[in-house]
Amino acid sequence: MIAKKGDWVQIKRIVLKPEERSSNVPEDTSKVPLEMRLKGYLENETANIGDDVKVKTIIGRTEYGTLIAVNPKYDHGFGEHIKELYNAGTELVELLRKIDNEDDNHE
Amino acid sequence: MSNRSYEAVMSRKNEIMKASVGIDYDSFENEGISFDYEGMMSSAGFSLDEVSSIQKETGVGNTSLVELKNINKLVRYLSDKGKGARIFLKDEASNPSGSFKDRRASVSVYKAKELGYKGVIAATSGNYGAAVASQAVKRGLKCIVVQETYDSKGRGQPEILEKGRACESYGAEVLQLTVGPELFYYFLLLLEETGYFNASLYTPYGINGVETLGYELVQQVREQTDRDPDYVIVTNAGGGNLTGTARGIQKANSDKTRIIAASVDLYGLHMASDNDFNKKSFTTGHTGFGIPFSVFPDRSDVPRNAARALRYMDEYYLVTQGEVFYVTEMLSRLEGMQRGPAGNTSLAVAVALARKLPEDKIIVVQETEYTGAGKLPTAQLSFAKKQGIEIVRGKPSELDEPGKRIVIPEKPEQLQLKEVSLDRLRRSYMKQLRKRGVSSLGGKDIEFLAEELNTNTDNIEDISKEVFSDG
Repeated sequence: MIAKKGDWVQIKRIVLKPEERSSNVPEDTSKVPLEMRLKGYLENETANIGDDVKVKTIIGRTEYGTLIAVNPKYDHGFGEHIKELYNAGTELVELLRKIDNEDDNHE
Repeated sequence: MSNRSYEAVMSRKNEIMKASVGIDYDSFENEGISFDYEGMMSSAGFSLDEVSSIQKETGVGNTSLVELKNINKLVRYLSDKGKGARIFLKDEASNPSGSFKDRRASVSVYKAKELGYKGVIAATSGNYGAAVASQAVKRGLKCIVVQETYDSKGRGQPEILEKGRACESYGAEVLQLTVGPELFYYFLLLLEETGYFNASLYTPYGINGVETLGYELVQQVREQTDRDPDYVIVTNAGGGNLTGTARGIQKANSDKTRIIAASVDLYGLHMASDNDFNKKSFTTGHTGFGIPFSVFPDRSDVPRNAARALRYMDEYYLVTQGEVFYVTEMLSRLEGMQRGPAGNTSLAVAVALARKLPEDKIIVVQETEYTGAGKLPTAQLSFAKKQGIEIVRGKPSELDEPGKRIVIPEKPEQLQLKEVSLDRLRRSYMKQLRKRGVSSLGGKDIEFLAEELNTNTDNIEDISKEVFSDG
């Protein structure tokens, strides 16, 4: 058991199977199901990852699905240093300095 | 319980919609293809003064207009003598949830409360979700946001993950779906289940909310320069930003201001494709929304879209992903303003355009948005690299290839404009009509289309002959 009633969890559920999808989706999309992910408070007494569970969302709706995370984290970040872009910024700063110096020399 | 299958729910679309927006769209329909656009806007919407006071109640609007003095110095240095227009930026990031979308949400949520709804739902992967969630907090309503977030492997687009996090921070329920237009189906199911208000981006409320932006910027340009703005550049996706801003500019009687649309060029990437979904580094403000919504506005989540960009557009330019990243870096390093991707699409257009215009002209880039984790160029470019996309320095106009290569310019002179022919868009608009079963146009239709496509009736007759006669 890793989650108990009232824990903040994330669930996943298939909303439409590939054969139930709209007829006007591209071919690659038509081969995969439409899935939803949602967070809420666990309603079951206890549960493990992979179990079918019920949750109550923050606004009080009840939803069901497969438990995929407990205390889910936000893992999008700021990214790594991108030299192509950072160097471009430094070049722009140098160009502005050059323009400023030329202006000063003209005064 | 009613049938929840895809077909059954979609067939209940009109009744679900009617119950969830409080607007009887049928009453604005005419014979043929036309409808009473201005009638819809005035009877369902609010006056500029009403919008302004609604927005004041929740701290929306009255953002500052900043002249980009260092960028302007650079532009003038790169321009021929006598050229180099001045660029000003409307800092919409200072709205409560960090973007101009608060203007749209403020009016929708106010209306939902007034009509007695207990909650609001918005279908959006953009900043609008956070805006609705934030305004719902202020007015004491519940909020659900439905997002298209993941591909079939469960990889979330970083910018959309961030937007979801923002919604959750305001206490909204966030439903995250995988790629596909059936998001609309799930949205309808939720509207039906909860009886909440559809805080659509595309109702008259959502568009009225942006009119204050256009109105304010004209006043501010007048105060700061003693003249009217010559060009206002708007990042274009669903068309609401452009429509609302242009209407506000008209209400400020700034008649000569040209309205310029700007989108990121994502040619070759299919918006509903599971494979392509995470190959783009921009989740909105791109051609995947900008073009289809211009040529068929009523593809939105309401029967008649109040956002109709071609009515107001004077010119339309595309820029590449790499160029927008470049000016994002420029804004940060030269102006000390780190802002999100949205307004920077129009900034990229502004820098290229300013070099060609006389130096007394005034250009306004009419929005910024908040930035940070997921939204920063470093976050997007790191993610792009993981998807196998190449990042290089070079000439974007020659090397750019969406989904394969992002090209960061080597120098500011390499920022280029790719013009979209408005006549081509007008033709596409008519082809969309034909595709939807229209085979000829009546007299009222011609007049409607002249307004709808911002041209004269002769031009409409010419295009319609071509479109409706070639089989």
